[in-house]
Amino acid sequence: MPEPTIEVTVTRQEPGGPPREETFEVPYGERSSVLDLLDAIKEREDPSLTYRWSCRSGVCGSCGVSVNGSPRLACETGAAGYRASGIRLAPLAGVAVERDLVTSPADFVSKLRSVLPWLIDDAGAGAGAGEVAAGSSAPAPLGSMEPGPPASDSLASGTLASGQAAPTTQSPAELSAFADFTACVNCLLCYAACPVVKEMPEFVGPAAIAIARRWDLDSRDHGAQQRAPFLLETEFAIWPCIQDGSCTIACPKGVDPARALRDYQREAMG
Amino acid sequence: MADNSLRIERADVVIVGGGAAGLRAALAAAAAGARVALVSKVYPMRSHTVAAEGGAAGVQPATGDTFEQHLADTLRSGAGLSHPVAVEEVVRRAPEELIHLERLGMPWSRTPDGLPAVRPFGGMSHPRTWYAADKTGHHLLHTLFQATLRSPLIRRYDEHVVLELLTTEPSPAGTRAAAGAVEGVVGYDQARGEAVLWQASTVILATGGYARAWGTSTNAGIVTGDGLTMALRAGLPLRDLEMVQVHPTGLPGSGILITEAARGEGGVLLDAAGERYLADYGLGPVTEPGSPEAGRMELGRRDALSQAFWQADRDGRTAATADGSVVYLDLRHLGDEVLRERLPLVRELARRFAGVDPARELIPVRPAAHYTMGGIVADVRGQVRDADGAVVAGLFAAGECASIGLHGANRLGSNSLVEALVLGAAAGTGAAQATARRATPPPSPALLEARARELLAPWLALRGRGTEPPAAIRREVGQVLDRHLLIFREAAGLQQAATALAGLAVRLADARVADTSAVWNTDWAEAVELHSLLTLARGAVQAALAREESRGAHQRLDFPEAAAVPRHSLTTAAPDGTLTTCFAEVTDA
Repeated sequence: MPEPTIEVTVTRQEPGGPPREETFEVPYGERSSVLDLLDAIKEREDPSLTYRWSCRSGVCGSCGVSVNGSPRLACETGAAGYRASGIRLAPLAGVAVERDLVTSPADFVSKLRSVLPWLIDDAGAGAGAGEVAAGSSAPAPLGSMEPGPPASDSLASGTLASGQAAPTTQSPAELSAFADFTACVNCLLCYAACPVVKEMPEFVGPAAIAIARRWDLDSRDHGAQQRAPFLLETEFAIWPCIQDGSCTIACPKGVDPARALRDYQREAMG
Repeated sequence: MADNSLRIERADVVIVGGGAAGLRAALAAAAAGARVALVSKVYPMRSHTVAAEGGAAGVQPATGDTFEQHLADTLRSGAGLSHPVAVEEVVRRAPEELIHLERLGMPWSRTPDGLPAVRPFGGMSHPRTWYAADKTGHHLLHTLFQATLRSPLIRRYDEHVVLELLTTEPSPAGTRAAAGAVEGVVGYDQARGEAVLWQASTVILATGGYARAWGTSTNAGIVTGDGLTMALRAGLPLRDLEMVQVHPTGLPGSGILITEAARGEGGVLLDAAGERYLADYGLGPVTEPGSPEAGRMELGRRDALSQAFWQADRDGRTAATADGSVVYLDLRHLGDEVLRERLPLVRELARRFAGVDPARELIPVRPAAHYTMGGIVADVRGQVRDADGAVVAGLFAAGECASIGLHGANRLGSNSLVEALVLGAAAGTGAAQATARRATPPPSPALLEARARELLAPWLALRGRGTEPPAAIRREVGQVLDRHLLIFREAAGLQQAATALAGLAVRLADARVADTSAVWNTDWAEAVELHSLLTLARGAVQAALAREESRGAHQRLDFPEAAAVPRHSLTTAAPDGTLTTCFAEVTDA
């Protein structure tokens, strides 16, 4: 008995070239994922088909594509359910295409950076990366990105004897206040789903705002005031959100970016 | 490279790899004032660290645990190939690094008192695994990645494939001596379609292991040992390549990891008849379901559990499936609430990729290649050593790609994340200091450029050449290793494997890279990775054949006893690619 096949149409694009559609008949099984189908096309039909993948288990966030118009992780999307409709694959919407199904996360990373996605403690935000403990370096001016002195990485330089440092206390309830927002894998499905991003590419967007919220809600963090001017007082951070909820529906990891955006907006409006 | 262009980038420290070790190294080097080039073939948050589930080992004295116990557990698991000095250094620095992560915002799971919680893991005499639910690696990677965004000294080069170490002199033919001083690395920018030379006085290799070479593997597609083969081609030895840890609980077919934490939380293993079979293979006496005990039954060491699977399979106690024989992980007695809170990823993976709800159903599992203990020879400061034990100027290695004498013949669960952190920090600081201390001027740009082009040429020439598509070769490499270099090995099988891999190497030399695109050529990048995997597969089989004893993860049916004196295997490559394996004493260097 021949293997069952499914019709897969892929929107392809060479760098700088126009998009074009190609259709393949691809064998599949009950457990095949959309990623398995892409692999089959690459192996049997066209080795130049270009897409990202790595973990194949939904944790690395590499393989986001548009499946019949919905943003999905290819590795955890079953193919069999599309046997009647066929499968149409396209690059994630709203992001620059580099080749075929590969889109660029560079814009997201710069948006992420703009929300100061790191723990800001009482000593101030300014000390450079590698800062270890509160009080290990003098507070620097807000927003300064100058590196800290070498001694600030006291662990690496061996000056911190074991037992001297103690972990910060955080109750399970304090952890659960932000834990849901830590599940983001940066797959950018929420950007592809967001109706605002389509109209306004500058929108900082769901995942970056959810991560900002993650830090603001962390009991160990004292950076809310430093994040606020950007989040609350600039044009493209939280305000473009129209509370459509598409981001939360699209999230494959159960993160609720719409809640983060809604809560920021409500708090800002008092 | 159609236009023969070569972009030149400069930094104080080049770090290859953006997982836990590479990111930690970047933070440490930047904290020491160095300008860092962080080069990764993926965006760092895609690195395979993300898939680590269980946790990271670090002594919490308040729980009654001691450094001495962590040291002793690690040495016992290492079966004579761990170095006490290296183990002690990592064990002592582990809590500091875990607290450092805490200060960076790592969302550790907590005790009711608000302290980071610890749980038991296989082979441990005391619970000491810090964890963030069962997504420890995900949280660790994203916490570190976001922390690196803060530093203006860290410049990332995402989706750049590093191809070779840039050394001033080619490796002297036929000698075991390392090449000249390291002056940077060369590679390729996938998005821009451009060759790149990164010039730097120090290089840190943090590229991970090579367990993706096996067909049934818990590892992501990117875990292809690139840094190891770069070091090998630069004339450096690779240590204990035959030592691969086989995780007892991967999902059949995909190999997706079901973390040991599932057993640490009280999960039990059952054979096809529903019996706790481990007790019949030396892991008893039986513990109560839901009451795990350190070192016994399901919390025995990983190698012992994988061996018990092999024996149960031989005794006809496993269940046959389309993806090979399986046993069952039973989590039903834990209840859905515990699964949601403590093992949410296991719950999700089982539901999505095995089609079972672990609150109500058994999860089918089978052993899968998981972690490669061997690697680039380095000391506990991350400084790479050559075949004579001398420090290679300017070259560091950290994380799974390195062999520092921590894991020995078998890694203890939870020791790899701390190794990545401790060695990443040490290498980052050490590299920054070494760069600052450098007395000799770098070679002339013209010399470096010429050398870079020489190193790049054979790789770039792979495009548009050859006859056989590489996918079948890659699959066959995995099948050979699964069959002959997994839980138990023997001479006849290893010889068959060596012959098969030699044949595959001939085929790979004529593999077809049909895609000729300069930009985002994944057909080419996967061929490059396959060259690395096949080289390491050949080295691992050769070392396994030469090691005529059973020790740790290396179990020979034809040599069931351990040799009286433990020795490391060292594999080197001649310029023509011929691999040679010899053995060396275990010293503390």
